[in-house]
Amino acid sequence: MDNIISVEHVKMKFNLMEEKVDTLKEYIVKLIKGNLLYNEFTALDDISFNVKKGEILGIVGFNGAGKSTLLKILAGVLKPTEGKVIIRGSIAPLIEVGAGFDPELTARENIYLNGAILGYKRDFIKKNFSKIISFAEIERFIDVPIKNFSSGMYARLGFAIATIVNPDILIVDEVLSVGDFKFQNKCEQRINEMIDNGTTVIIVSHDIGLIERICNRVLWLEHGKKKCIGNKDIVCKMYKSYGG
Amino acid sequence: MIKDIFLYHNLINELIKRDIKKKYRRSILGIIWSMLNPLFMMIITAMVFSHLFRFDIKNFALYLLTGQLIFTFYAEATNFAMSSILENGSLIKKVYIPKYLFPLSRVLSSGVNLCFTIPALFLIMLYTNQEIHFTIFLSIIPLILLLIFCLGIGLILATIAVYFRDVFHLYGVFLSALNYATPIFYPKEIVPASYQFIIKYNPLYYYLEAFRNIVYSNSIPSADIWIICIGLSITSLGLGLYVFLKKQNNFVLYI
Repeated sequence: MDNIISVEHVKMKFNLMEEKVDTLKEYIVKLIKGNLLYNEFTALDDISFNVKKGEILGIVGFNGAGKSTLLKILAGVLKPTEGKVIIRGSIAPLIEVGAGFDPELTARENIYLNGAILGYKRDFIKKNFSKIISFAEIERFIDVPIKNFSSGMYARLGFAIATIVNPDILIVDEVLSVGDFKFQNKCEQRINEMIDNGTTVIIVSHDIGLIERICNRVLWLEHGKKKCIGNKDIVCKMYKSYGG
Repeated sequence: MIKDIFLYHNLINELIKRDIKKKYRRSILGIIWSMLNPLFMMIITAMVFSHLFRFDIKNFALYLLTGQLIFTFYAEATNFAMSSILENGSLIKKVYIPKYLFPLSRVLSSGVNLCFTIPALFLIMLYTNQEIHFTIFLSIIPLILLLIFCLGIGLILATIAVYFRDVFHLYGVFLSALNYATPIFYPKEIVPASYQFIIKYNPLYYYLEAFRNIVYSNSIPSADIWIICIGLSITSLGLGLYVFLKKQNNFVLYI
């Protein structure tokens, strides 16, 4: 009953045009020639699963299995071609940290902008400003335009902003693969903290060790289809023996 | 949708702030440029036209400035809104945000810019001894109606721009044609009768006429003009929302 996420028969199709047609002239020329080819590609096919509150679901699969597409559908960025997704609660997407950063603006300005993108109130950001800065370890660079930041600083700041709240659902896509191991540990710690606070986490990673450490259930996707879902030990074991 | 706007008002605020900050980043005079720009433009145009081509217009400076104000606002708001979806592509691909917020915030930032040009207008009114009546406060109404009109057009342009980048070039050409088709620096009477239809079918003309009536002629625009302006704004917004909302789910696949 307490399914926080229900995914029902989700199917995602993409129209892959042979070449991307961007201009009107190209479009007309192709239309006249009759080779405006739409190659249909099914990225996800009939995916159904439920996630209960407080569960930590890992998603594994080889490249092109449809993991990121599934996360984007969960985050509401993509609309599935068929099927539906029901989400009961707030979502913090960590699909790509710093997606909303404007390189021309300073870190301070970006914190407010990015916070607003994630739906925080201005007062809330103000209150937590120092917490964000200290987690990201960029105290000295608050008023430097982000374009001068290193990629590690970028990732740290993005992660710090996105995880300042305790959302009902946290979506993590390979973010932990950026930054040095010290930062990775810090992130893992923060995610564990959120888990303790009752956050449901969905995590995509090629780092099977991380999945085994954090998750309690694992979904294995292969070529857009659900290969299996179940207890992490069983699925991870299968996955590892399959790959190797 | 109204609920959304309320929910995301903080984001709209931040987006507007970003636009304005970026526009004047690293300039010493900053926001004052919003005021100086139209002033200089007006002075130059006024010099050219009062010596080279003489039109029989009283207080030409004010006549010109009202025209430029309206046209610049329209051009900036629609141009800016047109690129809003593409420029925020990386964001739209990663986080769910109602997408119409981008064109909306762009049009609103142009509105803020317009507000900064108002002091220039007042300066010219005082300098040219223009009579100022209480009715001047009414001038905000055509500006708001024009803002709604721009939002509608902006939504349509932003949608088209996702699919066909050509529209950037086409629209630039269109704007320079529109510049001449709007009586900004000439009296509309000089247009030959056989070409009057150009002005008649130019939506901008009606907003300009309403604004000019109030600010320049110290009169209240006729009911006809009000009705046309309101009608144009509603039609534009309705059409813009229809096109945009119908196509918005596909944006992610093209940007």
